[in-house]
Amino acid sequence: MRARGLVKSYGERQALRGVSFEAAAGELLAIIGPNGAGKTTLLSILAGILPPDRGEVEAPPGGVGWVPQQAALYRRLTVEENLLLFARLEGLEDPRAAVDEMVELCGLGERRGEAVARLSGGNQQRVNIAIGLLSRPQALLLDEPSVGLDPHRRARLWEFIRGLAADGTTVVFSTHDIQEAERYGHRVLVLADGEAVFVGAAEELREAVREEAPADADRDFETAFLAYLRHRGH
Amino acid sequence: MRWLLLKDLQLLRRSPLQAALLVVYPVLIAVLVGLAISGGPEKPRVAFLNEVPPGARIALGPQRMPSADVSERICRRVACLRVADRAEAEAAVRSGEALAALILPADLVDRINSLATLTPGTPRVEVLVNEDDPVKARLVDDRIAALLAQANLAIARRIATEGGRYLKLLVDGGEFRIVGQSVQILGLRATARILAALQPALPPGLRASLAEVSRFARQARDNLDIAEPLLDRLAEPITVRKVAIGGASPPLDSFAVAVAATLTLAFVAVLLVAGSLALEREENAFPRLTRGLVGPGELLVEKVLLGVAVGLVVTLLMLAGLQLFLSLRWERFGLWLVAIAAGGAALGAAGAALGAAARDVRAVALLAFMVTLPVAFLSLVPAGAVSPALYDAIRVLTGLFPFKPALEAIAAALDPAGPELGAALAHLAALAAAYGLLARLALRRFARI
Repeated sequence: MRARGLVKSYGERQALRGVSFEAAAGELLAIIGPNGAGKTTLLSILAGILPPDRGEVEAPPGGVGWVPQQAALYRRLTVEENLLLFARLEGLEDPRAAVDEMVELCGLGERRGEAVARLSGGNQQRVNIAIGLLSRPQALLLDEPSVGLDPHRRARLWEFIRGLAADGTTVVFSTHDIQEAERYGHRVLVLADGEAVFVGAAEELREAVREEAPADADRDFETAFLAYLRHRGH
Repeated sequence: MRWLLLKDLQLLRRSPLQAALLVVYPVLIAVLVGLAISGGPEKPRVAFLNEVPPGARIALGPQRMPSADVSERICRRVACLRVADRAEAEAAVRSGEALAALILPADLVDRINSLATLTPGTPRVEVLVNEDDPVKARLVDDRIAALLAQANLAIARRIATEGGRYLKLLVDGGEFRIVGQSVQILGLRATARILAALQPALPPGLRASLAEVSRFARQARDNLDIAEPLLDRLAEPITVRKVAIGGASPPLDSFAVAVAATLTLAFVAVLLVAGSLALEREENAFPRLTRGLVGPGELLVEKVLLGVAVGLVVTLLMLAGLQLFLSLRWERFGLWLVAIAAGGAALGAAGAALGAAARDVRAVALLAFMVTLPVAFLSLVPAGAVSPALYDAIRVLTGLFPFKPALEAIAAALDPAGPELGAALAHLAALAAAYGLLARLALRRFARI
C-alpha cells in the first residue's frame, strides 16, 4: 500500500500536509500522534471514505478492509446477521461460507447468535474487524482498534492481528498508545499537525529522539517521544 | 438494496415497543382527529323546565302542532337535563351540572296562540346561564339563538298563513268564527258585483258616486290579491341559494377518514425514514455502507421504500379498521394504493431530509414531531377561518410540506367528490424530488469524520 503527498483541509484547517508512506505485504505499520494530528483523516482517505484534496493512494489489488474506531455494527442484529448483511452487500459468492469462516477466524463461534448489543467491547471490536475482513482484503486499516479494551482482551486482539499480518495481510493501524505502537508495529509513522514527521522502525525513532532531545532520550519512550515532538515544534 | 430493506425490517421486528408505538400512536392521533372533525362540537348540557300544561297545543289557525314537538326539538339540539321546578333548574346551573337552564313558562302556548288573534301577546322563554366557561357560554348562546330563530320561523309561517286566510276571506267572502259565533262575510268580490248590478237602477246623480265606490272595491280586491304572496314572503324574507364555486369537498365522514389516514401515513413515513437514516449514523454504519457497498442515493431510495411499504401497510390496516364504523368505497382500492404510495414517498423523502439533517435518532424523532404536527394542523385550517393574508401564508407553508397534497390525494382516492387526484399526485412528485435532493445534499455531512 502506498500513499503519496496526501493533502486534506477542512475549511481553513489543514488536516494533512503532504503525507507519504509505503507499507509492504505482511507489515504492521503504526500511525501515532497527538489528538487532531490527522490519524483518522489519513486512514479515512486510505479507506476511500474521504477524497484527498491532493495526492494519491495505491491500494493492493485484493482490496482494502476498513475497521473504524467506533464499531460500525447494528446492535440489535446478531453477530451472524451483521456478518451476513455485509457479506451480501459485498456481493460475495457464498456469503454464508464467508460468515462461517470469519466467525471461526475471529473466535466468535459461541457468540454468533447473540445480539451485538449484548457483547463485551472486545467482542464487538472482533465483529467489527471480522466485517472488515469479510472480503479477505490484502490490506487492513484499523482506527485505534484497542480503545476501551482491558489489557487481557487487548493482548488477545493483538495476537489475532499479528496472525493476520503473518498470513501476508498489510495492517495499518492508528493508536494513541506509544507503547502499543512500539510493541506491535514493525514500523511507526509519526503524525503531528497533519505532517508526517517520522517514518521508520521504533528503534530508529529512539535514535532520532536521542539526536534531537538528548536530555529526555533515556527516559521512558512516551516522555522521549513527547520531547521529540516539542523539539520539532509540535 | 433488498438486503438493506430486509435489515431495516429485521431491526423493526427486534424493537417491538418502538414498532408498536410507531403504529399505535399515529393511529390514535389520527382516529381522535378524525372523530373531532366528523363529530362536530359536543352538545351542551342544559337544564330543561317545561311549565306548559300537558295537552296544551300550539294552534295557529285551524291546524294544531303535536304537543311533543317543542321539547323534542329542543332536546335534539342540546343535552337536556329534565328538572321539576325553577329552583332545581337554578341549582343545576349554579353547581355547574348544567351549563344553562331553559324555562318554558306555563302561558307560553297561550301567548303563541294569541299571535293569530286580534289581540296578540308576546311569547317569552327564560334562559338561566352559567358563564364560567366563555367558550361553552358562547356555544349555548349560539344554540339558543338558533332554536329561537327556528321557532320564530315556524310561528311566522303559521301567522302568515292565517293572515293570508283573513285576506282571502276579505276578498272572496265566506264564514268567519269569532267568540264561538259564526259571522258571514260578504267579501270585496261580491260587494263589487252587487254595486255593479245596482248602478243602472240609480238616478244619474248618484251613479257617479257609486261608480267611485265600485272602483275602490275592485282596486282593493286586486291589491289584496297581491298582498297575499307578500305576506308569505314576510315569514321568510331571505332564502339561501348555496352555489359551490370551487374546492370540491367530499362528505365530512370521508374527509375525516382521509385526515386520519394521512396523519397515520405522515407519522409512520416521516418518523420511520428519518429515524432509520439517523440510525445508520448512530450505529456508525453509514461510512462503512457507502464505502463502495451502497451509494448514498441508493440508501435514500431504500429508506423511502421502507417508509412507503410500512406506511402503506399501517394505513391500509387503519382503513380496514375504520370500515367497521364507516362505509368506504373499496371499488376505488387501486386509487387508494396510488395515493398512499405517492403520499408515503413524498413524506418519506421529507423524513429523509430531516434524518440527514439531525445527528441522532432522538433528535430526529423530536424534529419529526415538531415539523409534522403543526404542519398537519395548519393544513386543516379552512379558508375564511383566518385573515386572508394569514391564510395565504398558511397555504404557502403547507404547500411546501407533503402533508396537504397527500391529504388531497387520499381524499380524492377515497371519494370521487374529493379534490383532483392528478394535481395532488403531481404536487407530491415535485415535493418528493425536492426533498430527495435536500436529503442527498444533507447526507454529505454524514461522511464527515
